[in-house]
Amino acid sequence: MAFSVPAGLEAELEALVARYPQKRSASLMFLHALQEHFGFVSNEAVEWTAARLGLQPINVLELVTFYPMFRQEKLGRTQVKVCRTLSCALAGASELRAQFCTRLGLDAGRHGPQTTPDGKFTVEFVECLADCGNAPVVMVNDDLIGKCSGADCDRVIAKGQ
Amino acid sequence: MPQEYRLILKHADQPGYTPDIACYLRHGGYEALKKAVATPGRELPDGKKQSPREVIRDEVLKSGLRGRGGAGFSAGLKWSFVDRRGGKPIYLVCNADESEPGTFKDRQILHKDPHQLLEGMIISCWANDVKLAYIYIRGEMPRGARLLNQALDEARAQGFLGKNILGSGHDLEIHVHRGAGAYICGEETGLIESLEGKRPYPRIKPPYFPAVLGLYMAPTIVNNVETLCHVRHVVQLGGAEYAKLGTPNNTGTRIVSLSGDVRNPGYFEVEVGKVTLGQLILDANFGGGVRPGRSLKAIIPGGSSSKVLKAGEKFKLRRKGADGQMTQVEVDLLDLPYDFDSLQQAGTMSGSGAVIVMDDSRSMVDAIANLSEFYAHESCGQCTPCREGALWMSKALHRMTSGGGRPEDADYLRDIAQNIQGRTICAFGEAAAWPVLSFVSKFREEFAERGKADEAARAQGLSRSGTHH
Repeated sequence: MAFSVPAGLEAELEALVARYPQKRSASLMFLHALQEHFGFVSNEAVEWTAARLGLQPINVLELVTFYPMFRQEKLGRTQVKVCRTLSCALAGASELRAQFCTRLGLDAGRHGPQTTPDGKFTVEFVECLADCGNAPVVMVNDDLIGKCSGADCDRVIAKGQ
Repeated sequence: MPQEYRLILKHADQPGYTPDIACYLRHGGYEALKKAVATPGRELPDGKKQSPREVIRDEVLKSGLRGRGGAGFSAGLKWSFVDRRGGKPIYLVCNADESEPGTFKDRQILHKDPHQLLEGMIISCWANDVKLAYIYIRGEMPRGARLLNQALDEARAQGFLGKNILGSGHDLEIHVHRGAGAYICGEETGLIESLEGKRPYPRIKPPYFPAVLGLYMAPTIVNNVETLCHVRHVVQLGGAEYAKLGTPNNTGTRIVSLSGDVRNPGYFEVEVGKVTLGQLILDANFGGGVRPGRSLKAIIPGGSSSKVLKAGEKFKLRRKGADGQMTQVEVDLLDLPYDFDSLQQAGTMSGSGAVIVMDDSRSMVDAIANLSEFYAHESCGQCTPCREGALWMSKALHRMTSGGGRPEDADYLRDIAQNIQGRTICAFGEAAAWPVLSFVSKFREEFAERGKADEAARAQGLSRSGTHH
């Protein structure tokens, strides 16, 4: 399938460029928007962004590989990010992640993001999500679940099936 | 019993309080901005004249306001360093990249009262002659970014932003810029690089002090969300009146994020220095104490980068007596006033105001292993001591938590940490090294015991997995 950015999105991105004295500044916002639309940042998206912002593709690719939120392959429709940093760890983050993995048939012993074969879920550990008073905290797509319980885990999985 | 003192979060949690501008205006919103732009110039007793903008900057200096992001540096002084003569535009960036583990205070402001931040920002921009400003918000706060964009649209529609703000002749635009999950973007020069569309490799100082060579190599002010909100209150109250809140040199209020092993974790806004660490953790109207049957073991007092404090520790603090003489007093850990200076004198820092509590059920080896993994992951990789050292410490700690401990591990970790601190471009090196240094020195026996037990188990061929490092 050929890479194509819908006209509406393109116009939105053009408007973003105008917010900065230098075009290059818009690159993170471009990548967010493209990832939101396509589900990940493909090489084509990198090249497209570079061309729009007058950059070399490497200037954009090095952002995709540096910033943890950008992904180079398609992830699950429901993305489960379990906070692993201290306050959440004290509140049982490891057990919580293991529960998500086990329920979804993923390997709790493996590092890094894991996606279910049906493409419905990705589960991963992330660093502090800045809601430590509600530990353990899980981010499911754009929503934050504080004091995440086993029941919440079941609910997230039922909803994403 | 000390109470919360809600200045910044006065309305945020009231029933029916919403993040829209109508609600903010009903609660006296943007009155401080109107007051700021209507401020007349003044003549000081020494005959020196101050322009209206200088008056506001002077009030912020007089208020004693210190940055709430981590460093605790005087906000007024930071503003005074800005190069106003070079003819380049001056930029202001709000650091809303709240990522210091344990910290969740800016989240409250951004999601519940975004207009308060905008008002503080607009006043700060006006006072510093800034015409273009950005809010750099964590990528993981998409809802916060949407709320801010909405708030900016509302503020524009009301004439608080855009051309000729409130008829003052001042033009200002503010835009939201989203980060993408990198902790190092909270470091102000890393943040600036990120805002320029690059990897957030911090810049070396000198020469790249943001006040002179910041965003696009122009003078730039980077202030934390909470700090900018305080500017609004400084203007409303006046610097001298604001300085009556809190304690001398530690003025105002600050929002403490309390998490870990307490019955009632959460955020509490208190007058700086009027509440002790013990009260924050133990009092019923704050943390409510550790869980039943448990006792306090350790406190991380100012975000994960601050040095850990051990239950039972005592500190020598310098205090000014009634006669003006400095004396030294011994203070128990729990009696430490929660302020910038006391914690610094106790060898640590109040940092971002994040207190993480651990009780006697916790292994300090496990705790520092968790934090070291964070720093290993978040090191930007620019400086070798930090890139290699943070990873090295994390690997060593992984070995220790997987049954591969050795009796000499505390010294081993200390040596690595000491080779990171002071040898990096930015303070991340210290942020990665200090927790390790403090854990291994204060809980040395725990590392030794773990190491000995693991060694004995290995000798008997009972080794657990993971001894391969």
